Amino acid sequence: MKDLLSLRETSAAEIRELLATAVSMREILSRPVKKVPTLRGRVVVTLFYEPSTRTRTSFELAAKYMSADAVNISVAQSSVTKGESLKDTLRTLQSVTADCVVIRHSSSGAAHLAARFADIPVINAGDGRHEHPTQGLLDALTIATEKGRLSNFDLSGLTVAIIGDLAHSRVARSNVWGLTKLGAHVRWCGPATLLPTDADRLPITVCTDLREGITDADVVMVLRLQTERQEKGLLPSLREYARVWGINARSLSWAKPDVLVMHPGPMNRGVEIAADVADGVGGVRALIEDQVRNGVAVRMACLYLLMSRGREEAVQ
Amino acid sequence: MRLVLRGGRVLDPSQDMDQVADLVICDGVVEAIQEPDTAQGDTVRDVAGLLVTPGLIDLHVHLREPGYEYKEDIESGTRAAAAGGFTAVCCMPNTNPAIDTPAVVRQILERAESVGYARVYPVASLTRAMAGDQLSEIADLKAAGACAVSDDAFPVQNAETMRRGMEYCAQFGLTVMTHCEDKTMTEGGAVNEGYTSTVMGMPAMPAAAEEIGIARNILLSRLTGCRVHLLHVSTAVGVELLRWARDCGIPVSGETAPHYLTLTDEACMGFDTNAKMNPPLRADADLQALRQALAAGILDAIATDHAPHARHEKEVEFDRAPFGIVGLETAFGLVYTHLVLKNILSLGQAVHLMSSGPARVLDLPGGTLRPGSPADVSVFDLTEEWVVDPEQFRSKSRNTPFAGWKLTGKPRFTVVGGRIVEP
Repeated sequence: MKDLLSLRETSAAEIRELLATAVSMREILSRPVKKVPTLRGRVVVTLFYEPSTRTRTSFELAAKYMSADAVNISVAQSSVTKGESLKDTLRTLQSVTADCVVIRHSSSGAAHLAARFADIPVINAGDGRHEHPTQGLLDALTIATEKGRLSNFDLSGLTVAIIGDLAHSRVARSNVWGLTKLGAHVRWCGPATLLPTDADRLPITVCTDLREGITDADVVMVLRLQTERQEKGLLPSLREYARVWGINARSLSWAKPDVLVMHPGPMNRGVEIAADVADGVGGVRALIEDQVRNGVAVRMACLYLLMSRGREEAVQ
Repeated sequence: MRLVLRGGRVLDPSQDMDQVADLVICDGVVEAIQEPDTAQGDTVRDVAGLLVTPGLIDLHVHLREPGYEYKEDIESGTRAAAAGGFTAVCCMPNTNPAIDTPAVVRQILERAESVGYARVYPVASLTRAMAGDQLSEIADLKAAGACAVSDDAFPVQNAETMRRGMEYCAQFGLTVMTHCEDKTMTEGGAVNEGYTSTVMGMPAMPAAAEEIGIARNILLSRLTGCRVHLLHVSTAVGVELLRWARDCGIPVSGETAPHYLTLTDEACMGFDTNAKMNPPLRADADLQALRQALAAGILDAIATDHAPHARHEKEVEFDRAPFGIVGLETAFGLVYTHLVLKNILSLGQAVHLMSSGPARVLDLPGGTLRPGSPADVSVFDLTEEWVVDPEQFRSKSRNTPFAGWKLTGKPRFTVVGGRIVEP
C-alpha cells in the first residue's frame, strides 16, 4: 500500500492491519509522555484546500507524537491562490523533501490525482463527497472498542445505521466499505433528496423512514446536515428535517437499548442531533469524543505504516 | 488527370455495391467503377486486399481554430481526420470568436483550402456568441458557406428562443444541430448519474436531463418544421424518443459517438479525466440500446465529437477538467473492432453510418462513389492490428480514454477531390 486514498480500494486485511496498529498507537496516547521517536527526521505535509479543525489537528498531532515534523499548508497562504495546479504543488512539496502528503480538497478524486503525481505516500483527508478513509477507520475502531471486537475487528452481527445527508457525505462513503469489509451490516437512511442515486446497489440497505432505519440498530451514526441544503431546494426547512430525521431520545428508543451514537462532527445541535443525545444525557452512549481520540491513533497508524514502508523500500 | 485505385474491395452502401473493382477518378470526380485490373490511368495505385469506401464524413468535430490553436487547428485537425479515414468534417462554432459572422466562416474555409487535409464544413452558431438569446445573422452565414447551425456546447435553454431559431432556419432549409441538455438539472455535474457517481461522490448529470432536451427539440421541430439533428445521443430513452419522432414523420435525425458504443461510466471510476465528456458516458443498458439503434437504422450517423484539449487542461481535478475527448483517429478502428467484428453492424452498415448516413443528414456532397460524384474516397486495411498510442496522433491533443486499446482495421490513405492524402 503506497497511499491511503479510499477504503473501497483498501482490502479487509489492510484495514485490520491499520486498526491493530492504531490500538498500539492508542496505548502511546495514554502515556504521560506522548512521544515516540518512530518518524524522527521525517516530514509530513498537510495540504488543506478546505477549512478543517479536527482532521488537520489530528494529523498534525499524530505526526508530532511520532517525532515527525509537520508542516501545514492552507490554501489562503499558498501559491495555490496564484493559480498553481495541484500537480505543481505536489511536485514542489516533493522537491522540498516532504515524506508524506495529507490532502483535504473539495473536489472528489483530488487525492487520486495527487497520488498520480507524487512518488511519496498520499493520505486522503477528505476529497469532496468521495471518501474520508481515516474517518472510516476511526469509526470502525470506535465501534470495535465499544463492542469488544478488538481481537480481530470482526464486526459481524452488528447493524450500523448512518442517518442524514448521505448524498453529500464522504464519511458515509468511506464507512460503507470499511464497515462492510469488517462484516457489519450498514443501513443508509435519510430524505429521498439526500440519498444518492442507485445507493441500493451498494452492499447496504437503504430507506427513507427513520424508524425503519433505526430499528434494532447497534450503532447510529448521525451525519452533519449542511444548512445550505434547504436553499438548493433539497429540503423545505431545518425544522421539518429535525422533526422527521433528527436523532433524539424518542427516535433512539427504536434502536437496541445499548445503542452507540456517533457523529463525525462538527455537529448542528438541534438539527440532526438533539443536544441531550450529543451530551449523553439520560444514559445515552454518545461516543463523539472517543471518535476524536481514536482519530489521532488511527492517523498515527496510517502515517507509520505508509512512511515506514516507504523507508524500507528506499533502503532497498 | 486520371487516378486509378486498382483491385480493391469497393464497398459503397449508397449503391449497394461490394465487389472487387478498379475505381477510376478523373479530374476530381468518380468516373467509373469497373472490372478489376482493367483500368488505365496517369497514376495507378494498387489497393488489392484493401477496402475502398466513400470518404468518411464526421458531422461533429471541434477544430478549435480560431482562438484555441494550442488545442488544435485546422491543419492538425484535418490531418487527424485524414489519418482516421475522414475526407470531410463539420466543425462546431465554439471557437473564439465563435462562428457567428460570415468573416469567420470564410476564414475557416480559406484556411481549410490552403492547409487542410480534408474538406471542412463550418457549422455556424445559432445565437450570437452562443449566448443563447439573439439569433446570429443566419442568412448571411449560410451565404458565406455555413452548412448548418448549432448551439453545441452551449445549448439554448430558453424554449422560445429555440422555437424562433428553428423557425428562422427552416425558411433557409438549414438544419439545427442540437446538444440536448436541460442545464438546470446538470449544474456542476461531471459524470452520469448512477451507481458510479454515487461511489465517486461526484456531482452528476442524469440521463433525464438529456432526454428532456431531446424531447423538447423534437417537439419544437414538429412545431416549426425545421430539420433538427440530435448531436451525440447517449441514452436508451433518447433513442426511443428519436424512434417516436421518426414514426410521426418529424424531420429529426440523430448521431452517436464511438465512445458511447464502447465505454460506460465505469471508465470514470478511477477519476480519469479522459473519460469525462458531455453527455457523459452512460450505463451499459444505454450502450446496448445505442448499438441496437444503429443496427436498426434509427440513428443516422456515427460522429466523433472530436474535442481536443491540452494536457495541462485535463491533468486537473476531475470536476474542474473540461469535457471532451479526441476521436478522429480511433473512430474507424473502434467501430470496426467493436461493432463489425462483433457482428453488431455489418461492414456496409458501419460504412454507411460514417459516410452516406452523415452526408444525407446535412445534404453534403460525397458519401457515395457513384460516377459523377466528388472523388472523396477512404482506403482501409481491415487486417491490420494496432495499438492506440496517443503519441502517434496527428492531432495536437492526446486526450483519449482508448490509449493502449488493441484495434483491428486501420485507414491507409484518403482521396479528397481526386487528390491522394497521406497524412
